Parts: sequence; structure tokens; C-alpha cells
Amino acid sequence: MMAADPKTQATEARIAALTLPEGNGWLAKARQDALGRLQATGLPSRRDEYWRYTKPAKLVQPEPALSVPAAGEDPFAGVDAHVITIEDGVITLPGAIEGLEIATLANAATADIHWARDLYGALEAAGSGPVARPMAMLNTAFATDGLLIHVTGAVDRPVHLRTTGASDPILHHVVKVERGATLTLLESGNIGARSNIATEVELADGAGFHHLRVQGPEPALHVNTHIFARLGAEATFRSFTLAAHGELTRNEAVIELTGDDATATIGGAAFGAGNFHHDDTVFITHDAVNCESRQVFKKVLRDGATGVFQGKILVKEGAQKTDGYQISQSLLLDEDAQFLAKPELEIYADDVACSHGSTTGAIDETALFYLRSRGVPKRRAVDMLVLSFLAEAVEEIADEDLREHVTELLADWLARG
Amino acid sequence: MTALDDVQVKDGVDQETVDAVKSLSGTYKHGWNTEIEMEFAPKGLTEEIVRLISEKNDEPEWMLEWRLDAYRRWVKLEEPTWAMVDYPEIDFQDQYYYARPKSMAEKPKSLDEVDPKLLETYNKLGIPLKEQAILAGVEPAPEDRKVAVDAVFDSVSVGTTFKAELAKAGVIFCSISEAIKDHPELVKKYLGSVIPASDNYYATLNAAVFSDGSFVYIPKGVRCPMELSTYFRINAENTGQFERTLIIADEGAYVSYLEGCTAPQRDTAQLHAACVELVLLDDAEIKYSTVQNWFPGDEEGKGGIYNFVTKRADCRGARSKVMWTQVETGSAVTWKYPSCILRGDDSQGEFYSIAIANNYQQADTGTKMVHLGKNTKSRIVSKGISAGKAQNTYRGLVSMHPKAKNSRNYTQCDSLLIGDTCGAHTVPYIEVKNNSSRVEHEATTSKVDDDQLFYCRSRGMDEEEAVALVVNGFCKEVLQALPMEFAMEAQQLVAISLEGSVG
Repeated sequence: MMAADPKTQATEARIAALTLPEGNGWLAKARQDALGRLQATGLPSRRDEYWRYTKPAKLVQPEPALSVPAAGEDPFAGVDAHVITIEDGVITLPGAIEGLEIATLANAATADIHWARDLYGALEAAGSGPVARPMAMLNTAFATDGLLIHVTGAVDRPVHLRTTGASDPILHHVVKVERGATLTLLESGNIGARSNIATEVELADGAGFHHLRVQGPEPALHVNTHIFARLGAEATFRSFTLAAHGELTRNEAVIELTGDDATATIGGAAFGAGNFHHDDTVFITHDAVNCESRQVFKKVLRDGATGVFQGKILVKEGAQKTDGYQISQSLLLDEDAQFLAKPELEIYADDVACSHGSTTGAIDETALFYLRSRGVPKRRAVDMLVLSFLAEAVEEIADEDLREHVTELLADWLARG
Repeated sequence: MTALDDVQVKDGVDQETVDAVKSLSGTYKHGWNTEIEMEFAPKGLTEEIVRLISEKNDEPEWMLEWRLDAYRRWVKLEEPTWAMVDYPEIDFQDQYYYARPKSMAEKPKSLDEVDPKLLETYNKLGIPLKEQAILAGVEPAPEDRKVAVDAVFDSVSVGTTFKAELAKAGVIFCSISEAIKDHPELVKKYLGSVIPASDNYYATLNAAVFSDGSFVYIPKGVRCPMELSTYFRINAENTGQFERTLIIADEGAYVSYLEGCTAPQRDTAQLHAACVELVLLDDAEIKYSTVQNWFPGDEEGKGGIYNFVTKRADCRGARSKVMWTQVETGSAVTWKYPSCILRGDDSQGEFYSIAIANNYQQADTGTKMVHLGKNTKSRIVSKGISAGKAQNTYRGLVSMHPKAKNSRNYTQCDSLLIGDTCGAHTVPYIEVKNNSSRVEHEATTSKVDDDQLFYCRSRGMDEEEAVALVVNGFCKEVLQALPMEFAMEAQQLVAISLEGSVG
């Protein structure tokens, strides 16, 4: 037999370091399917077009490259929410919440949670075309645990999922929001030195899902996340991520608008310095009439930090009246910082309005001079300009209280440097 | 070109546009074939064929070695698949790599000796190979406007006009096969220095089998006294055209260069893989304009040219400036990215493009702006139009290297879709590795504006005229960047290429 190529070798080495959780029934089958897809595809390597700007080695290698970080503070302290904690892999659920059924993946191995059966790994598999997402395949196959959240009505407060711990976790969450129901999900935590988290979200007609995530501000993290969402008619999906520091972050979002009049908004504000490498990769598919999508990503990079944005809008044949918007902007605070972007449009319907914009440059010297001339110290003036630059992305958070909370958090982080 | 008598021009409607739409029949105008006795090299590509081409061109040993080296590389390469184009596998052994009219076996000493059939071909194409006329299409010609033409027919250059007059200014304008013999020092120094033989699959193929093309050298401080142009005609069936163009603008030199291309209508696809290398030294400027009108295939997608072209400008000198302007209306498949290496400090690159794809055409085209020097500037304006079942992709790279301080790029890519069975795609790569540079990229995709169409229709224009007018407006920024003769031709082409796309 011929020696395996490096990609197959890397894939086999990673798989060998993991154990396929035991069980039978639909979950075991979904894991087996994903493993098959993973073996056929292979884990990402630098040569893959979709990883041209981010080296996947540290996410792929069998053992995490970093040691365990401190737990960090809770960025949502003070926000009134139902809290779910995952600490070193142990899930603690809150008491009964009206409009919500919460179970864990571990439960699913024994109980037949039928609604999750049709979703687990299904959105991930669908989201692997036309671009393969092998890190998500790995997640579906080897997820150690995760939440199964079924939203059946209006939930009075946001649900805050706080994950902390010392391991190298692979978590897989599934959220299903029924017709007319709405959920706000907050996510925080330093999830081990390295983490691989996949979330599948199915929105029925008229359902709403608001997602707000904070990553950081601890420096030494290797994070790889995927969100797969499928939207029914008139459904609303919103996701926003605030990220600071963290050595290597790759956040992928794969969103499919399958019902007419649906809306998806995804945004992010990120800043970091030194060996900070932050990658937002978004793929939005319009497969229905009169849908709207927005992508708004801003990054502030300093001292050798690298920002990556790969965003794509695919408008399928027949998806008329699509309104697709995408903007990616970076502020480079010094000579060593870099921004690499690939904003793509692929359009097969004629009655659409799609646009994208991308800008990169240094801080506005005129604005800086103005502030300095008003007696603002340079450091403070730069912070003010950075905050106002990132605030344009924060505007994408619809909930006023949460938006304010994030703005304050951001100002606080910037002040601390 | 005259307006049909029955056309009443309404207020606010540009007479030229109406003329353009009305006076042309809608089918591919240059689809006829010249009956001429040809001499072919045997079909297929082998080392022997490479040797044969070199021998036919009476080349020195170093040139043959360069070709053979490229050929040996090429056989190990794989055809690239990353472009958004889809075509049946090309059988590179089922092509002729060399075809020349028998009458060209002895190279004519002057234009008077050229086979009348060939002269007639170029006349018919509106490119008279005479030394008093400029490109047809604009009348009357201003007295002082002259265009020198190098005419390439299948694998050979049949003649170059105004050579003597250009020589007086020190300008060398000839076929590349002549340049290899007459100016080996220049060719040796610059050939492959912008596009190395190892550059990519098609460039490597071209390096092995290029049969002819144009060569231009503008000496120090000379502003070329007239516009130069090359007209490429593929005539023979199952024959690929592989031409190579090399233009060197020495310090402070300036030249405007035009390129046109057509081919007969045939049922089988034909291959065209060209390389164009531009070298710019300090303060030099080159304007390179192309109207690409290769046979695009018929309405069913049968036949057409596969156009795989590598074009690159190396702005080696400080303050040098290059401007690529292209109007891409032809070819069944287009794979083409005219690029600028902005190596010299303060150098500038510009790229203006209109790409129109109708019926089953597929275009994957764009540019690369590689900023290496300080204070370099680039500008990209791309207009893509899709109709019928066509796919049109803009693919581009803007790269700011760490040392390219204080550089600027502005990119605008707009796509227009006519009908709901075509596709328009944008794939830009933006790589910024220093913070004193500023990069801006904007792209939009939309359909022909209903209000504008309604306005035109209410003025009595039929739908096709209205669409042509709106599309010409959409392309205006690029059309304005073209030399006058080409702008006229391009405007007409825009209208013709879209015929049959509405209703």
C-alpha cells in the first residue's frame, strides 16, 4: 500500500487521539456518518483554498498547543439571564423555564429526543456544500457533549451559556425554535486552551433567534466555532460576536435562508495585538424570495495582529428580491498589522440588490489631531477612535440593553489595553 | 456604418447608440472564413512540434532551448480548475499548433508582396493594412492620427505597417519572430522576465509553442508618434493560436497599444493561449487596450474560442504607469487577468474592464495589483454583464506588501444581470500587510434598472435598444478610458453582444 498523503496522515492522527462516544440509535448513526464524511474529506491544511489565510495546524493537531487559561471574568455579569454552565464538561441546567425544554447530548444517547434526531449533524452536513467544513464534521462525530434546546414559546429572559474548564472540549449544541417562538442566547467563557464548538440552529416560520457571544479577553486561546442556521419564512436570525485577544480564532457561520421574507444579520467586532489571529468566515445562501441578509465585521489590529474575513453571499436561481449586504473593515494601528479579505458574491438571480465593501487603512490622522488639539492624550484619543469605529458594528445588536452592555464592556476592555 | 433610414431618433437618445444597435445584424459579424491554402504542422504536441515551430521561425539555439525547457515543464503540469468555468476537457493532442498561409512560406519583404487574400481579410475586418488609414469605424480620420498595425493570421505575422516611419523615431515595431532574429539582445533580456515560462499552465504552454506575436521597443524619452496595434485573426479549423507580445517602454517612453481579435464561426471550440509582457522602466507609460471579440460560440453554446490568456505588466521603474483597458465580448470561455506588478516607487497601475457574457459564454476575468514599491497607486473598475445562460466572474487580487508604504488602491466591481438564468460572481482577494496604505473595495450586483428602462421605452425605444442604452451607461467609466476608435467599436459591441438577451 502506498504511504498516505500528509492530509490523510494528519486526519488519522487526530482521529486516533479521540474516542467515538459509545451509544446506539440515531446519535451513534449521525456520528458514524460524520466520521465517514471527515475521512473522505480530510482535515484542513494550509493548501485548502478556504484556509489560505489561517493556518489550521494548531486546530488540527492531536494535542492542544497551549496550556490551560484562567477561568476569566463573566462578561455578562449583571445581565438578568437563565444561566447554564458547562464546567470541565459537567453541564448544570437551570430549573424549568417556560417555553423551553433543555436536554443534553448525553441524555440523547439514552432517551429518544425525536426533534433533535432530524437536526443533529444534518445542518452541518448541508452546510458542508459547496465548501467542505471538516472541523465541523470532526465535531459532529466526536462531540463530548452539548445542549439540545427546544424553544416552544416566548422565553422571559435570555439564556446565558457559560462554558469554562481545562479540557480540549468538542461541544455540539442544537437549537430548534418553533413557529413564532423567540430565544436570546448569550455565550461566554474561556473554553479550555482549545475548543471546537458547533451550533446548529433551526428556525421555523416566524421564529426568532438572537445570539450574542463574547470571546476573550484572555490572550492564550485557540478557538474554532461553527454556527449552522436554517431559516423558515419570516424567521429572524441575529448573531454578534465581540472578540478580544485570543491567539487563534476561527468563527464560521453558515446560514441558509429557505423561507420567503426571512432576515439574517451577522456581525462582529474584534480587536487584538501581537500574535492575535482572528478569522471570520461567513457563507450565506439565499434560497427564497424577498429575504435580507447583512454581514458587518470590524477589526482593530495592532502590533503584528492579523485579521481575516471571508464572506460569501450565494443567491440561488429564483431567489428574487434578495437584499444582500456585506461590509468588512479593518483599522491597522501600526505597520506590522495585516488584514486579509475575500468578500465574495455568487449570484444566479437577476432581481437582486447585493453589495459588498471592504476597507483597510490606518487611523484617521485628522480625527486624531482634532482630539489631541482638544487636550485628549494620544492613548485616550486612539481608544476613542477605536471605540467609535467598532461601535458601528455593535449597532447590529438589536436589543438596546445588550447593545449598551457590550459597548460598556468594549470601552472597559480598551481602557485596560 | 450608417443609421437605418426608418429610425427616428427621439429626444435625449444618443444617435450613435441607435446606430450601433440598428446597423448591426446581431449575429457574430466576423464569423466568415478566408479560403486560403494553408500549411499545417502535424496535429498534436510533442517535442518535435516545438522544434518544428522554432525551425519554421528560423530561431537561434537559445530560443529553442527556452521552448523545450517550457515544454518539458508543461507535460508535468495540470490544468488549473479554480476558475468558475466549466468546459469539456481539452484534448491538447487534437490541435494544430502551427498553421500558416502557404503564401507566407517566403516572408514578404513589404506589404505590397502580401497575398491579396490576406490583405482582403483584414480589409473586411476593418483593419486595412495600408499606411494611410487608421482603424475603420471612425470617419473622417483626423489627418494626424495614424495607427501602425501588426497583423497576425493563425500562427504568423503577415505584415507590419509604418515600420519605417516608426524606425525614424527609434521605435521598433515588428513581429516577435523578427525581433528574435534582429534584436536578440532585447528579446533575451526581457522575454519571460515578466511572465516566466514556469508561470502557469497556459503560460508554460505558450512559452513552448508560441509561433508569433508583436514586439515593441520604445527607446528612452520617446513618445511613440502613433498608436500601435496588433490584430489577431484565427482562421484555420482545429488550430490553436499562441501568440506572444513583448512591449518594452524604456525610461520616459510612452506608447498606446491596441489589440483586437476575431475568429470564424465554427462548430468546434478552438484554443487561444497568449502571453503579453509589458516592461516599464523609470517614468515610462503604457496604455494597453483590448477589444476581445473572438467567436463566442452560437446561441446553443456550440463552438467558440477558449481564451486562456496571461497578461502582466512589470512597472520596474519609479513613477512608471500602466493602464489596461479591456472590452471582453467574445470567446466561449475567458480566463484572463491582466496584472500589474508595481515594483518601482510611485508607480501606478490601472485596470478598466467590461466583460459581457451572453448565451452560454463563461468569463472569469479580473486583475492583480501587486504593490511592492512605496507610494504606489492602483485603480480597478470592472463592469460585468451577464445575459442568457452565461456566467460572468470578476476575480482579482490587491496585495499591499509590507514595504509598499503609503500605497493606495481603489476597486469598484459592478455586475449587471439581464434575465434570471445567468450568473454574476465576484471573487476579490484583498491582502493588506502595512498600515500606511489604504485599500477600498466596493462591489454591487443588480439588474437593469426598471425606471431607466421605462424612461427609454416611454420615449419610443424598443426594449433591446433601451437595454443597450442603459448598459452603455453602466459601462461608461470604462468606455471613456479607451482610445477613441476602440470606444466606438466597443460601444457597438456592447449592443450586439446583448442582442437576443431580452424578451
